[in-house]
Amino acid sequence: MSEIIKVNHLSKQFKDTKAVDDLSFTVNEGDVYGFLGQNGAGKSTTIRMLLSLITPSEGDIIIFGKKLQTHRSEILAQVGAVIEKPDLYKYLSAYDNLSIFAKMSGTKVSRELLMQQLEMVGLADRAKGKVETFSQGMKQRLGIAVALVHNPALIILDEPTNGLDPQGIADMRNLILRLSREMGKTILISSHLLSEIELIANRMIILHKGKKMVEGSVAELLDPEHSLIQLETTNDAAAKEKLLQSKWADVLQEGNSIRLLMNKQTVPQLISDLVGLDVSILSVNSSHSLENYFLSLTTLSGHVEPFAN
Amino acid sequence: MWNLLQIELFKISKRPRTYIAFAAIAAIVFIFQFAFKADGQSYMNLMLQSVKDSFEFERTKAINGYFMCYIILNTLLVQLPILVALIAADSISGEANMGTLRLLITKPISRTQLILVKFAAATIFTILLLVWMAIISLFFSLLIFGADDMLIFRSKGDESQILLISQDDVMWRYLAAFAYATVALTVIAALSLFLSIFADNSIGPIIATVCIVLVCTIISNINVPIIDKNVRPFLFTSYLVGWKGFFYIATTEDGVPIKGSVENWAAIRNSLTILLLHIGVLLGASVFIFRKKDILS
Repeated sequence: MSEIIKVNHLSKQFKDTKAVDDLSFTVNEGDVYGFLGQNGAGKSTTIRMLLSLITPSEGDIIIFGKKLQTHRSEILAQVGAVIEKPDLYKYLSAYDNLSIFAKMSGTKVSRELLMQQLEMVGLADRAKGKVETFSQGMKQRLGIAVALVHNPALIILDEPTNGLDPQGIADMRNLILRLSREMGKTILISSHLLSEIELIANRMIILHKGKKMVEGSVAELLDPEHSLIQLETTNDAAAKEKLLQSKWADVLQEGNSIRLLMNKQTVPQLISDLVGLDVSILSVNSSHSLENYFLSLTTLSGHVEPFAN
Repeated sequence: MWNLLQIELFKISKRPRTYIAFAAIAAIVFIFQFAFKADGQSYMNLMLQSVKDSFEFERTKAINGYFMCYIILNTLLVQLPILVALIAADSISGEANMGTLRLLITKPISRTQLILVKFAAATIFTILLLVWMAIISLFFSLLIFGADDMLIFRSKGDESQILLISQDDVMWRYLAAFAYATVALTVIAALSLFLSIFADNSIGPIIATVCIVLVCTIISNINVPIIDKNVRPFLFTSYLVGWKGFFYIATTEDGVPIKGSVENWAAIRNSLTILLLHIGVLLGASVFIFRKKDILS
């Protein structure tokens, strides 16, 4: 399976803030790759760097085996994107918007093809309607049509379900699954809606404060064999020291808090060992769903912000 | 590139604000024409008051289409920068405001191409604005007032001068004057485009353009030797009305106008060179800054 996106040690510094810090990840062909993180985690900054909207301070971005900095136009010709809300020319019709962006992508498209695209996103009957009269959901669907009109191999969607009602979210999910399964597109999608990512992504990354917290297959991360166990003790620092000296050191996760990625069935053994090490346990929690997993990672790293679900 | 320019012109043509400039010009020109048709003779008497004994000219023929166009140009070319700024200052900032700039940058077109296309579109808009102005201020005036020899009132230092240009020697001067005005207003377009790179809405760059034009015009008109020598020659506003040079006809020693002549070609060439330099510098700076800019809005 070939690598579609390869990011190496990517960083972005904005004056005093490091929005992205030494980030590396890989998206393979055919992946629906989930990009998760709270507000300010660095998701949008990373996506903007992938789309050459922002210049990285450090690191490399390789897409389709070519460096983005030197092969920008060649790469972007094969990429379709929706960045946050799909802002389009409000004073133009849906058809005109689609036609303009298709031409800008260097694609010669017929009227039939444009109408097919509008049909696909359920806007064929509003082709002549001005975008300013559209609902948020309709704009979002038109944004998707604009991203797909030149038949890109890679689709990047930054928060595509923002502002959509439940039906809109379900439609968007079905569309993404169709694009992936029926059309073989590689999709990178960022979202706050963790349950959505859980339903559509096969691989994911979790960012926090610009850094990668975890990357892997969604199935693996949700596997009970790989539950995230978090412990609260009377003295976490001392308990962690003792765990690092024990057989549990390999599954102990980085960070100030005590988190272990392990088979849930071995928790009794862990507790027994901790008691033997003279550690007083206050609580033990296990995370299974992606949302809990995400929460446990970000909460325990010391900073939590409310996020939409 | 041509494809992108077509798209840009299509977008401009679909925006209602584009037509405000054309409507504003038409309104002002028609008011002028109406006022001069109704009571132009009073204006002419006032202008010729000081020379009534020494200058022989049939006053009823003085107000003709050529003279009207000159009066209109003299007034309107000061206001036109605002109308050009309305479109040019919206080039990048308007896209940023709508959020479409993000989408544009993710398309396989270079940022340099994008700036050049925006500049070309603003220049075409400027040309169309001047063509429209030529049609209504020159050709409509000729239809309404007829054609005759053209009177020019000129202030030269402390002196006032009246020049008379034969009617068969006027049209080429207007063509040259409109071409010159296109270059002069293209400087305004380049300035507005440059300012629009830094903003997320078009109001800021429009106001900034008008303020810069205003301040520079005031400085250009301050008659202080140190400014005359060290500042004025470098300000584009000192050359915005350089089109008048085409109507300053050279005369013989006896004061007889020489047909097809211009008093100071060198001054016109110098003005055009400085205006073109301004365009080059502003456009170059726009490309340089925009290529490095992080698109956050």
